[in-house]
Amino acid sequence: MRRRIVPYFLLGPGTIWLVLFFVVPLFYMAKLSLNAGVFGELHFDWNWSNYSEALSAYDTQFVRSFEYAGAATLLALVISYPLAYAIAFKAGRWRNVMLFAVVAPFFTTYLIRTIAWETILSDESPVTEVLHAIGLVPSGHILATGPAVIAGLTYNFLPFMILPIYASLERIDVRLIEAAKDLYSSAAQSFWRVTLPLSAPGIVAGTLLTFIPAAGDYVNAQFLGGAGNRMIGNVIQSLYLSQSDYPSAAALSFVLMALIMIAVVVYIRFAGSEALMGEEAR
Amino acid sequence: MNESRGTRAWRWLREHAVNIVAALVVVYLLLPIAVILLFSFNNPAGRYNYTWVGFTLDHWAHAFSRPELNEALVTSLKLALLATVISTIVGTMMALALVRHQFFGRRLANFLIVIPMATPEVVMGAALLSFFLILGTPSLGFETLLIAHVMFCISFVVVVVRSRLIGFDRSLEEAARDLGANPFETFRLVTLPLIMPGIFGGAMLAFALSIDDFVISNFNSGTTVTFPLYIFGAAQRGIPVEVNVIAMILFSVTVAAMGFTTWQQRRAEKMASVRPEQEEAPIPLPAT
Repeated sequence: MRRRIVPYFLLGPGTIWLVLFFVVPLFYMAKLSLNAGVFGELHFDWNWSNYSEALSAYDTQFVRSFEYAGAATLLALVISYPLAYAIAFKAGRWRNVMLFAVVAPFFTTYLIRTIAWETILSDESPVTEVLHAIGLVPSGHILATGPAVIAGLTYNFLPFMILPIYASLERIDVRLIEAAKDLYSSAAQSFWRVTLPLSAPGIVAGTLLTFIPAAGDYVNAQFLGGAGNRMIGNVIQSLYLSQSDYPSAAALSFVLMALIMIAVVVYIRFAGSEALMGEEAR
Repeated sequence: MNESRGTRAWRWLREHAVNIVAALVVVYLLLPIAVILLFSFNNPAGRYNYTWVGFTLDHWAHAFSRPELNEALVTSLKLALLATVISTIVGTMMALALVRHQFFGRRLANFLIVIPMATPEVVMGAALLSFFLILGTPSLGFETLLIAHVMFCISFVVVVVRSRLIGFDRSLEEAARDLGANPFETFRLVTLPLIMPGIFGGAMLAFALSIDDFVISNFNSGTTVTFPLYIFGAAQRGIPVEVNVIAMILFSVTVAAMGFTTWQQRRAEKMASVRPEQEEAPIPLPAT
């Protein structure tokens, strides 16, 4: 009898905290999103028009958020895989140094990191000059454009992509790759048919851990984007904090959460589910 | 052996392509940190620290010369410390329950822990603000920030501590029981020291998340200013160079703490792998 109570006792405080300050607030936000009236005289009224109005007013920002987050996730995957691969299979005694480089950005404040990119991508910066010189970027400003926001998102969430991919690569039994080679597969074949499929859980976890925060982000758009690059996070933030249009802001938050959940569920169906539950590396 | 120089260079490039790309990515990862460090030595002409003017050590010498910034930093440290202590205790308890016990509602508890990590910060911040608004909390401030920070730290602590508990060799606990320790003594003298690195790792993660949080804090801070909120506020009027200095100080402290955790973890791993040939006593025996 005593043993049956123990787990509930251990879970109790944390569960209460999460229910009270995560689950219950979501219900309150749902209620707020159906309020009618102006600030000061808000009242609950099953006012579904908040949703349709908010969606039709800010559909561009929604689409843009998902485009930017998608682009950043894809870029992060392309950048991360070679690094994760090198750390897992080629780094040797450099492994710890490289892992340190991956987590180092976490040790500086998110805002300062983003502001550092503002410096790096500004018109006078040497990096901008080099990018222009090699023709990678057409002449003109880099700051206050969509690509600048995508670059910031890619950078800021890169460790979330690298670490899970590294973790899944590191777990691969090297003998499997050797077996492929013994069976006369070329280096490319053994990569595409053995290594890559075995690292799939890491890729799935990494893309989710990058895409979810990127889609809701507003710091990068704030500092690196211009007026035409506002994301849905910026809208929610300003409706809540400067315009006090709580019902619309709450409705938008809900739609954002729902769309992300749908995207995640569809993606997991498509990519296999063992990845999410097994791979909760940060 | 008849390969031309061109083919050899090509082969070298192909063999090392992954390493070259990896090195470039490492440079990319560290570039902003280098910029933050460089601009902490800048002597900007106006209020904006965006273009390089000249080298000075002034801002390092007077790192704590801005009262508002100091106040924000102290608030952040207090907040992070409290949030870390609470979320680490609560999170460790949850991890113990999830790994050690089979019980009704386990899947639901797992779900409750995963879902905050899969929710965008802006939604969490907005939801909490809605909650506080409707409740009519007297004022937003330190207390509401603490509630929010503990909330988003718990899940990460659980994940870190749980991964440590899963690899735990339970025969060590059985040995302690066989030697006459009661369950509480077993926990205090065997289990706790062995999972300490996991708890410490979880606590460090919680601290880092809390001290760095901007989005959720921005919704629930009222007039209280934390370090990230100070930076955000200052961004419009020009960020003082001291911010870069303090960021680099925080960076060094975190790096040192991380080095310490790694070292501790290695020690604990040594301790856990009890081998007869080992010289030092692996587990401190309870004084009787």
